[in-house]
Amino acid sequence: MIPYLRTRLRIGHQTIAYPGGPARFPERYRGRPALDPARCGAGCAACAEVCPTEAVLGAGGPDLRIDLGRCTFCGLCQEACPEGAVAFTRDYRLSMRGREELLARGDAPLLARAVDEKARRLFGRSLKLRQVSAAGCNGCEAELNAAGNIQFDLSRFGIQFVASPRHADGLVVTGPISENMRTALRKTWEATPAPRLLVAVGACAISGGPFAGSPVCAGGLDAVAPDLGVPVDLYVPGCPPHPVTVLDGLLRLLGRVEGDQLRLASTGILEAEPTVG
Amino acid sequence: MPTRILHVRNGEAVPAAEVPLLPADDFQGLVADSLTAGARLCAYYGAEPAGEAGAVLLTAVLANDAGGTLGLLSTRPGPSLPSLAAECPATQLFERELAEQYGVLPAGHPWLKPVRFEHRLGGTAGDAFGRTEPWPEIPGDTPFFAVEGEEVHEVAVGPVHAGIIEPGHFRFQCHGEHVFHLEISLGYQHRAAERMLAGGPTARTVGLVESIAGDTAVGHALAHARAAEGLAGVEAPPRAQALRAVALELERLANHVGDLGMLAGDVGYLPTASFCGALRAEFLNALSEICGNRFGRGLVVPGGVRFDLPGAAATRLAARMADAWERVELSVNLFFESPSVRNRTDGTGKVDRATARQLGLVGPAGRACGLLVDARRTHPFGPPAAALEPVTAEDGDVQARALVRFGESARSAAFVVEALRTLPPGPVRAGPAPLRPGRLAVSLVEGWRGEICHAVATGPDGRFARYKVVDPSFHNWMGLQLALRGEQISDFPLCNKSFNLSYCGHDL
Repeated sequence: MIPYLRTRLRIGHQTIAYPGGPARFPERYRGRPALDPARCGAGCAACAEVCPTEAVLGAGGPDLRIDLGRCTFCGLCQEACPEGAVAFTRDYRLSMRGREELLARGDAPLLARAVDEKARRLFGRSLKLRQVSAAGCNGCEAELNAAGNIQFDLSRFGIQFVASPRHADGLVVTGPISENMRTALRKTWEATPAPRLLVAVGACAISGGPFAGSPVCAGGLDAVAPDLGVPVDLYVPGCPPHPVTVLDGLLRLLGRVEGDQLRLASTGILEAEPTVG
Repeated sequence: MPTRILHVRNGEAVPAAEVPLLPADDFQGLVADSLTAGARLCAYYGAEPAGEAGAVLLTAVLANDAGGTLGLLSTRPGPSLPSLAAECPATQLFERELAEQYGVLPAGHPWLKPVRFEHRLGGTAGDAFGRTEPWPEIPGDTPFFAVEGEEVHEVAVGPVHAGIIEPGHFRFQCHGEHVFHLEISLGYQHRAAERMLAGGPTARTVGLVESIAGDTAVGHALAHARAAEGLAGVEAPPRAQALRAVALELERLANHVGDLGMLAGDVGYLPTASFCGALRAEFLNALSEICGNRFGRGLVVPGGVRFDLPGAAATRLAARMADAWERVELSVNLFFESPSVRNRTDGTGKVDRATARQLGLVGPAGRACGLLVDARRTHPFGPPAAALEPVTAEDGDVQARALVRFGESARSAAFVVEALRTLPPGPVRAGPAPLRPGRLAVSLVEGWRGEICHAVATGPDGRFARYKVVDPSFHNWMGLQLALRGEQISDFPLCNKSFNLSYCGHDL
């Protein structure tokens, strides 16, 4: 008992301040990209050429966009751009309700809309989710697991991952949906009682990510929508998304986090003095 | 007598034509003799020779751990080869893979089934398992090894499991709680990674290798980078090599610490489970400090690393890591000192040393059985200090695997702290160079699960003609199946987590 108490005191309180306080990210964390197409050199496509997942659209013109559903947030486009037209910010609020809303333009963040009043009454205070990895690489799966640990502590909001689709209010799908998982995914969805939510987590589940174009993957949840018969309710971009991004997406979906105030803190490794901005 | 096995160093590229091409009988005899004499089979794979559609060239990569070399040899098989699996069990899954990918049938294989329910990569004959398009909707629908008898029953689990975990199908033959046999059927995660890598390098290549197993992004990216550097004839600068070594050990720390917490969770010991869940993040966040991604994605590229760490930041990060490790030690010691934990972990899920050697177990699973298998030690590269002294144990049970992972984490933590404080000066990236055509490079990296092998051949155009990946899980899944024999089915989660193998790394 004494060693336990000593350890407990040494470890201290672990749960993050978000959403009541700022979320802490390293200086180099890459969240929502801010785009300034006015800086684009005409005909320059340096950013699009280095992009591993063809996420940069309209390069070299006023219609410069980054598809956050394909983006792996590797930052190569920012590195390649000679004019500074692409800059990744530390804005972790990336989730969206609609596929087309994931096309980031300019520097104005779009934020996920909440579900309607009826769904909020149903799920707002208790949301049980079943996770299905359909060829996910264990990156998104690891971050979803982390979202439930004492640090991010999803369950303080009444959100939990459960063992059976029969107990779930929705599915959280990761991976590019391999041919070999397609049937299992459909059956798991069918076993989830309605009303239910469908959430795509990570670049693979949204667009196929690095596996877009694979001869044996569907290339994301939208491509198998006919199997499931419903559209996706929430897209959570990232490769993988940070647990705070997952939390933020789910809480905005439920209307538990609103407003557009962004509170960020630094970790103090790259810059000696932590800054709150 | 001409050279019959070509000996190369880890990461060295050789003209593919220099790999001895032997008659099938000689090839198989040499492979079997080498394995019996103590060599390990790192890879045994097929490829379609340039300009010969339908033909198959088999290559074996044999590790001589004592000499620090890799032996290469090739053959052109007929439609069938006598199976070596009964004599050398380490070959069994490779032979099944060759049947599935190239239609080379291992005659007399004791349990010939598809590996991952993938489509043919080459060769001309039909599907080795008689499947026709459209393929069955459920991939694992094949015969399973069955035990018959009064009150013997079968428990089928998956592909979708209870936790947030990758899919796979597990078939237990039980009598009450007692498990006679476990057979694991994978392939649900198959994404055709090897097929997508062939023809590269492209802008997608690094992202793809990092996704072979996302929890081993640094390990696979490093194996790729070293192979590509060998093929191009360039070397990463010393500072880049040091940062890569730091990242590889941070990845090991994050996974080992996380898994020790999960093991604690599986036996219901919540203090360590809770603490380690959060402490794992210290090491993930350290990777994020260096490169902006918690899994180290985008850090390691051919030629070096994409991100440098300023000296003052490296020093601060070293102090942070030293402090984090102190807290890990306190948390994990609680686990090892608890009698109720020992009651569950001692003697559970045992694999003996002889079996481990025969199966070719790698990584902590092999070291927990007393095998000195650690590519950092036996096939080293990069800064000399990265050749960390391996930690081994004797008992081959859950406790031994936990102890090995804890012991080697301590060495990794000490290494990371020291390396961050003493980063060599200089650039972190060598200029890009084209890959030389017609070469073969085999690169080994000791990832946190064990040996990662990338065998990469370039074609006449200097692009990847064949990109073969062997994740450590490919060697180790059979070990988990045997560990369950004679155990209680309720101990399965514990045994499983003590191995914590990759599904997608196996399925590719």
